[in-house]
Amino acid sequence: MNLELTQEQNLIIAMVRRFVREEIVPLELNLDPDADELASEDQARLIEKTKAMGLYGLDIPPEYGGPEIDLVTRTLIAVEMAQHRAGLYAPCYGTFGGAGLAQLFEATDAQKERYLYPTLRGEKRGFFGLSEPSGGSDPARAIQTKAVRDGNDWIINGSKLWISGADRADFGLVFARTSPDKGRGGVTCFIVDTDNPGFHVRRIVHTLRSAHYATELHFEDMRISNDNILGEVNKGFAIANDRLTRQRIPYAAGCIGVAIKAQEMALDYVPQRETFGAPLATRQSIQWMLVDNDIDIKQSLWITLEAASKASQGLGFRKEAAMAKLVATEAGGRVVDRCMQMFGGLGVAKDLPFERWYREMRIRRIGEGPSEVQRHVIARELLGASLR
Amino acid sequence: MANLHLDKPWRTLVDALPNIRGQLGVFQLANAKFEIIFIGCAGAREPFGLKSAVETASARCNTAVHLRYEITSSYLTRYRELLMLYQAKHGNLPQDNPTERLGRLSPSS
Repeated sequence: MNLELTQEQNLIIAMVRRFVREEIVPLELNLDPDADELASEDQARLIEKTKAMGLYGLDIPPEYGGPEIDLVTRTLIAVEMAQHRAGLYAPCYGTFGGAGLAQLFEATDAQKERYLYPTLRGEKRGFFGLSEPSGGSDPARAIQTKAVRDGNDWIINGSKLWISGADRADFGLVFARTSPDKGRGGVTCFIVDTDNPGFHVRRIVHTLRSAHYATELHFEDMRISNDNILGEVNKGFAIANDRLTRQRIPYAAGCIGVAIKAQEMALDYVPQRETFGAPLATRQSIQWMLVDNDIDIKQSLWITLEAASKASQGLGFRKEAAMAKLVATEAGGRVVDRCMQMFGGLGVAKDLPFERWYREMRIRRIGEGPSEVQRHVIARELLGASLR
Repeated sequence: MANLHLDKPWRTLVDALPNIRGQLGVFQLANAKFEIIFIGCAGAREPFGLKSAVETASARCNTAVHLRYEITSSYLTRYRELLMLYQAKHGNLPQDNPTERLGRLSPSS
């Protein structure tokens, strides 16, 4: 892996950094500290800017109108986009657009017309429905939602938990068991319209993310056409697994971005803040916190960029992505915790972003596969068939 | 599972206002017939939390007589939840609430 950034990468990073500092951070001064949305007029104005920058729809493949950006550059951009108060879960408040549900790029032409293209145009929203009350870390075995064939349709019954955005979505990808005795080979992915009479958003689940909630979904005799199967019957787990693996890289990058910003704030603060007649920066305990932060950030960044580089080259990257997710989420939590300590009382007040980052960073060690599952994935890759 | 609905007791605004403190949270205002006319939240930008948020809202809602509130640090998600619950039951938002971008809930109770 080449450790030097290209001139183009440096230019893009500088452009995104300027956007975050000049456009996003000033708006946050007037938002609730826990906000995860901009006013719609600000959102629209900033989307025009990211389009002018040529960076709108970062995760959309070029053949569908997205910019031609490799995964390493995309990761570097994600690190920059997270460097503000809401940056961990709402990087730049969505003004760089999204890919919608990347799984739909593999959909049939009819499914693309109905779901993918309207999503890319911003006319429809989708959700990803995998986790269930029975567990999210081992979806292949935990999925109890059942789909039973009925003529040209399927009847789905069951529930999902921890699902983001389902209450505002027009459709979603729902994973259901279609062959009870086949384990991960018995799961199918269905595209489900949320106006289906059998679809219910039963409740909001409140978490440490105080501006964003997950939902619990119930499906009651939800009739879905066979045409709405994404991919093939009993091949849904591969769709879910691919998504889970790929998602770990930007997930790690967001943590690194926040850690960088927290460290930057601490480096500004400790030379100014005096205790017992000397700046905090002169205290060894503070210096060591800053040093440990720097090491945590650099380790996470290089491991994450290695994963992105392998993925970008089409090489296997399951182990590297798991390692990036594991290291960056745990390091991010340590960095934010140390920075809070350096800021003292200010660190825990809502005046500064640390308390929000601290709460949200704690979720990152669980979301998208907890640290223990990442270690399990890495161990399987290291030990090979003996653990499968 | 906690009750989705805000089930704290109603108190008259006159009695409640002097005793509200500055915490973060959500609240509902009702008219003399105990019909909810406004759902609000006290976020971290509110100078005196629930106290100033309720004072501001009650001054704006002419028919407000009763108040109930819930102290919570999840004020934004709880606020949206209460609005969605009201909308699911009544098909619209309380008369004094502005339009909001909301999701759809279909609670079982």
